[in-house]
Amino acid sequence: MEDLTINGQVVKLNDDGYLVDASQWTKDVAKLLAERDDIELTEEHFKVLEYLRDKYNSGEALSIRKVGNSGVVDIKGLYRLFPGGPLKLSSKYAGICKPTSCV
Amino acid sequence: MKDTEKKPLQKVCLICAKGTIEDVYATLVMANGAVMEGIETKVFFTFFGLDGITKKFMNHLHTGVVGNPAMRMPGGLPFPTLLGTIPGVESGVSAMMRSQMGKLDIPSVSEFLEMITAGGGEIFACKLAVDMFKLKKEDLSDEVKDIITIGQFYELADGDRTQIIFT
Repeated sequence: MEDLTINGQVVKLNDDGYLVDASQWTKDVAKLLAERDDIELTEEHFKVLEYLRDKYNSGEALSIRKVGNSGVVDIKGLYRLFPGGPLKLSSKYAGICKPTSCV
Repeated sequence: MKDTEKKPLQKVCLICAKGTIEDVYATLVMANGAVMEGIETKVFFTFFGLDGITKKFMNHLHTGVVGNPAMRMPGGLPFPTLLGTIPGVESGVSAMMRSQMGKLDIPSVSEFLEMITAGGGEIFACKLAVDMFKLKKEDLSDEVKDIITIGQFYELADGDRTQIIFT
């Protein structure tokens, strides 16, 4: 997938549209990625993204069940925020890897 | 020119007719996976599969320890069929299996059903089987949307990118 250019900086994306280098993530990158899927990110979205980044950085495997039990958002809320791909889309906007969990 | 346009699934309709841990979980994992991919999902539980949505049984499902060649002892030795005939062995093995699944962060059946409906998936019970087992709507999980006939289930399976999967 073509790379993103934000404020003159090039952010590399893999074939699935996920960030190649998680350290290139900023809130603006997240907003731009979500915009391409017609999703406008709010504070509520960012709380989820921050939770995901936090868990990802500490090496924890993520599942929607874990996010749903996190207290940040319940599973219904996760589907409302990221319609059609609660874990796939949120992981993409959080700048972390495509989820590998079956649950 | 070759048509390379991808045509993703839009709807999956799953049928679960058996009530062992592995049969019910196969259905639940596939249903939840579909919901997570944004695919419209309908699940139909029938015959012994009804145990998977019956409040009294759904979180205590068993696996077959007799006549199950894939069943092994911890360590990998074959599980003798005769051992499986001893009362309590099936319960013990099943409880062990459920606890292993819990360690892998696999949800219980009731929680799985909630996850599926939270994402917009719909759960149905088969009318014929419900009548046969003399069950009532209140015996079934609150996540069950309705008790329907197979004809009604086929009606739900309309659309040209729909698959019916019998697990």
